[in-house]
Amino acid sequence: MTPKQQRMLSVGLLIGGLVVVSALSIGAFRENTGFYFELDQVAGGETPVDRAFRVGGLVKEGSLERAPGSLELEFTLTDTVNELVVAYTGVLPDLFRDGQGIIARGQLDERGRFIAEEVLAKHDENYMPPEVADSLARQGYQPADSE
Amino acid sequence: MIPELGQIALIIALMLAGLQGILPLIGAHRGDSAMMQVARPAAVAQFGFVAVAFGILTTAFVTNDFTLEYVATNSNTALPVMFRVAAVWGAHEGSMLLWILILSIWTVAVAVGSKSLPEHVAARVIGVLGLLSVGTLAFTLFTSNPFLRLDLAPIDGRDLNPLLQDPALVIHPPMLYVGYVGLSVAFAFAIAAMLSGELDRQWARWTRPWTTAAWLFLTLGIALGSWWAYYELGWGGWWFWDPVENASFMPWLAATALFHSLAVTETRGLFKSWTLLLAIMAFSLSLLGTFLVRSGVLVSVHAFASDPTRGYFILGFLFVVITSALALYAWRAPSLDTQAGFEPTARETFLLLNNVLLVVAATLILIGTLYPLIIEHLGLGKVSVGPDVFELVFIIPMLPLTFLIGLGMHSSWRTGNLAAVWRRYRWIALGSVALAVVTPWVLYGKLMLMTVVGITAGIWVILASLVEPARAVFGKTRITRAQIGMHLAHLGVGLFTVGATVVSSFGLEADRAVRNGESLAISGYEFTFDGLSDGVGPNYTARRGAFTVTRDGREVAQLRPEKRSYTTQVSEMTEAGIHATLARDLFVAMGDDLGDGAWSVRVQYKPMIRLIWLGALIMAFGGLVAMTDARYRVAKRKAVATPVTAEA
Repeated sequence: MTPKQQRMLSVGLLIGGLVVVSALSIGAFRENTGFYFELDQVAGGETPVDRAFRVGGLVKEGSLERAPGSLELEFTLTDTVNELVVAYTGVLPDLFRDGQGIIARGQLDERGRFIAEEVLAKHDENYMPPEVADSLARQGYQPADSE
Repeated sequence: MIPELGQIALIIALMLAGLQGILPLIGAHRGDSAMMQVARPAAVAQFGFVAVAFGILTTAFVTNDFTLEYVATNSNTALPVMFRVAAVWGAHEGSMLLWILILSIWTVAVAVGSKSLPEHVAARVIGVLGLLSVGTLAFTLFTSNPFLRLDLAPIDGRDLNPLLQDPALVIHPPMLYVGYVGLSVAFAFAIAAMLSGELDRQWARWTRPWTTAAWLFLTLGIALGSWWAYYELGWGGWWFWDPVENASFMPWLAATALFHSLAVTETRGLFKSWTLLLAIMAFSLSLLGTFLVRSGVLVSVHAFASDPTRGYFILGFLFVVITSALALYAWRAPSLDTQAGFEPTARETFLLLNNVLLVVAATLILIGTLYPLIIEHLGLGKVSVGPDVFELVFIIPMLPLTFLIGLGMHSSWRTGNLAAVWRRYRWIALGSVALAVVTPWVLYGKLMLMTVVGITAGIWVILASLVEPARAVFGKTRITRAQIGMHLAHLGVGLFTVGATVVSSFGLEADRAVRNGESLAISGYEFTFDGLSDGVGPNYTARRGAFTVTRDGREVAQLRPEKRSYTTQVSEMTEAGIHATLARDLFVAMGDDLGDGAWSVRVQYKPMIRLIWLGALIMAFGGLVAMTDARYRVAKRKAVATPVTAEA
């Protein structure tokens, strides 16, 4: 290849690559991103009905209830004003407990319960996921465990 | 008193880094040898003071000095000594100090290893590293000082986060940081080349082993992290496309592209400006990773308490580094390129494709990682990008790349010989397809198109990388260390590809409730729950489950998962019981006491998952072999004899 063809090849490949990149990412992200909603938005009926989304809040004290001997369980998420009952089947993450900041992914059922496919409590204990901290701050709640 | 000495040591190190950063660069510009000679002693002294500071912090942890806030927050008298040492980098402040220590170690390594380089090159490289030290030292002293005292020292510390109390903490962060920070050396070489306006094949020969070294540590660090995330329940498995995982993976992709591009620059004197750009990109991505992790702007497993000052500082540092490097690039790079021809199917083309595909993959991951941030700042709501999106956009560039490896590594420089390569390797190619169809069908009784494609790619690369070494063993050809290293690294890629494909196609996991004496089956393995016992650790109590795994009535393994209660932080942690062979992992983790004598458990069957980490290990080992090639040692001796032209 002559230097000129070489340059054209490089430029062509790079432009081609970038086109593919943009096309793919726009398509993929539009289809597959999950939206996050706060509990007051859930209470206000702003959430989608036909697709999964994420909610966050604190586990309400003493709200965890299990169907005896099975993996089905329910707990209540709260932002100190609004509440949402979450139903889940499976093993809860290690850091799950009363008062813990939690993010759950799933959908609302017709009775207004949140059917979670996934429950996350991914952070150390002085730390709250930014989304949860934001929505709590909006409800005027200050985390007690800040240093 | 002693912790204050640590802080003073850091302040002195900052001043030394300033000297190391400024004088040699001015000296190199003016051709002033005396100023350039400041570089090495300043670098060594800076390292000395950083090491003192690091030693003091470590001592504070080992001796339980809870007058230090950082120690009081992250340690405890009951914490085993191994974890007290590792707790130094268990949280933000100390991990910054580790970062600085590693940067100064790399700098000293460069100072010692660059004796044969022209004086002005070595001075510039060490100078740029000095400027980077100034940035990180200032960041630590002003926003993240680990030596802050508490007015009232607690009797005991709050203990290290139980999630981190794992042997992997001792080794994973240091490895990763050695890799991250090591990319600063390639970056410094790139800046030095642009400052002097001299970039020849010799330059690529100097830069290449340093890049490979950084890359191999990054590879090991990422692999260790992946292994840790796999056995820790609730971290999403061996790869979850968590922002922090992505943060380490993007520089890895850029570094991989970089040393392939360096190969072209060294051998043919081509792709110079592209190589420079990749060196800038790789280091910028590792700084960006630090910003993402440390500022807490993204939700992640590893996210730390967010502190806006820290975020802004790193963002500012990142901005200065990237813009000044790119400005220099825009000014100098166009004059550096040389032109030489090559045919469309020559090795140069394959390496160009390698670079484009790796950069595309890194860009897609970058977009995916930043997308939630961008959307949120545009006020369009809060979103998250899930693993399935990343998997899709990652496979699209990487799958073709894997197939191209086999062709690229056997094509020759300058002239194309694709037809000859194909004639020689077609049986291997067809054999890989056949094996890829037969293996999953025989082993797992199922066939899926993407599985076959993935396994074909993996086996094709494995077989293609064995051909030349095998010929060399039988004395039919001679092979250099660099070539052995390349074949080994590609062998690792192949093993990884097979492992990742098999485990994502045939891996199984299930959450179940189980009572004493009951059993549950997954993929032909029967897990029987034999009951619980109590155990006590240094800073926790544990409930230990006993499981017997059988297959066709024969005992395969005894697993002992634990549910630990850490006394200080009152938190529960799960330690999985794992039985591993190359063919498969059996995994069981205890969930919760469900009442009625029942426990929830998670069981997993992960076929060939070990190939993922074995592949990464072999890749890293290949890097090690390649960087010890004779020509890098010869190059140094020759360099002494080459007359040095002072910069215009």
